Amino acid sequence: MDARSSVAPPRTGKTLHRFANPGQFLRTSGKVLPWLFWVGALLTVAGVIWGLFFAPDDWQQGDTVRIMYVHVPFAWLASAGYFSLAACCFVSLVWRHPLADLAAAEIGPVGAGFTAICLATGSLWGKPTWGTWWVWDARLTSVLVLFLLYLGHIALVRAFDDPTRGYRAGAILALVGVINLPIIKFSVDWWNTLHQPASIGLMGAPTIASSMLWPLLFSAFGFTLLFIAITIARTRAAVMERRIRSLLMARASSPGGEEIPL
Amino acid sequence: MTRKKRRLLVLLVCGIGLGSATALTLSAFSDNLVFFVSPSSLAKMGPSGRQVRLGGLVEQGTVEKSSGGQAGARFKVTDGNASVLVTFKGILPDLFREGQGVVVLGVDQTDGVFRASEVLAKHDETYMPKEVADALKKSGRWNPAAGPPPPASTWNQSATKPPG
Repeated sequence: MDARSSVAPPRTGKTLHRFANPGQFLRTSGKVLPWLFWVGALLTVAGVIWGLFFAPDDWQQGDTVRIMYVHVPFAWLASAGYFSLAACCFVSLVWRHPLADLAAAEIGPVGAGFTAICLATGSLWGKPTWGTWWVWDARLTSVLVLFLLYLGHIALVRAFDDPTRGYRAGAILALVGVINLPIIKFSVDWWNTLHQPASIGLMGAPTIASSMLWPLLFSAFGFTLLFIAITIARTRAAVMERRIRSLLMARASSPGGEEIPL
Repeated sequence: MTRKKRRLLVLLVCGIGLGSATALTLSAFSDNLVFFVSPSSLAKMGPSGRQVRLGGLVEQGTVEKSSGGQAGARFKVTDGNASVLVTFKGILPDLFREGQGVVVLGVDQTDGVFRASEVLAKHDETYMPKEVADALKKSGRWNPAAGPPPPASTWNQSATKPPG
């Protein structure tokens, strides 16, 4: 790895630190990224086409149920993305890993985008089924809070001149916001809401026909791989941007214009 | 104790504190977090003249669509123990039917009639193709007006094609 890199010096010997080494990260992620992207794109296209054109109508919602094949994966990823953001922030606060800082800052906008699409498709689904675009029930409100937490994190990590302070403040905000995740998940069980409870759970059989469940699982898995691929691509770009910046600064400050190979 | 261990400990303690504070707050306010009240609790509250949301199932055999020029309906909303007569002027959502979960916004009048200004349909977590629903109805295993469908595991294998 480049000794001049501004990101942490590699620590050898420990398993986790090997992956946190930015040079190692760039090499490994560069190999994995095309696979993630293409497999994710393939599964997404297959799942969405299956869901939109071949899966059966719901007995009472008719064709409207097809919004599910987009809405549900984005809803899952909105929460899962926040969890991964918080995990990065935790690693950053405890072990001070610069790569975790970069990853957290890059997950934010992706997660916010996914949450926005979840809210928009949910609203489009709510109008024909419930009869309203929006209600302030516990599920919808807690997802809106999740969206605002993402926006807060995005703004906070970029609000300081010293990036390290921004990462620190953003990490604390993100970890406080984790309390919202169980609220989102269990809001439909703890309180009565307009939103229906989960159809698919770890415990108990799903309450969705298997002819509708399979395309949903395909598109959910595909969108998940795409989420990971986008996040990794953004984090790679951030690592490289940092390296270039530190090289340029080193070149500018080196006396006599000494050539530093990029 | 190393600095890393101390930071880990501080974060865990903060997490536990914040988590229990949130849990206590939510359980203290849980009455205010509900989106609607059931017919039983509405009966307990008595007519207050305030606007409330009432939620429950549309009782079987109680729906009378208004026949005049204006769209509207009278129906009973039940939770199994108590039921409330609801009147509504306006267009009902597409999913409105007997046995369907609904949430109605309105005022409980002293004459025992709940005048709704808004009717929302609530749908349950069951998703099934039309053919399955028809088969279940035909075989007499389920009447949509009487309640929720039987568990998916009882019809998922027999009635749908295998995946792939």
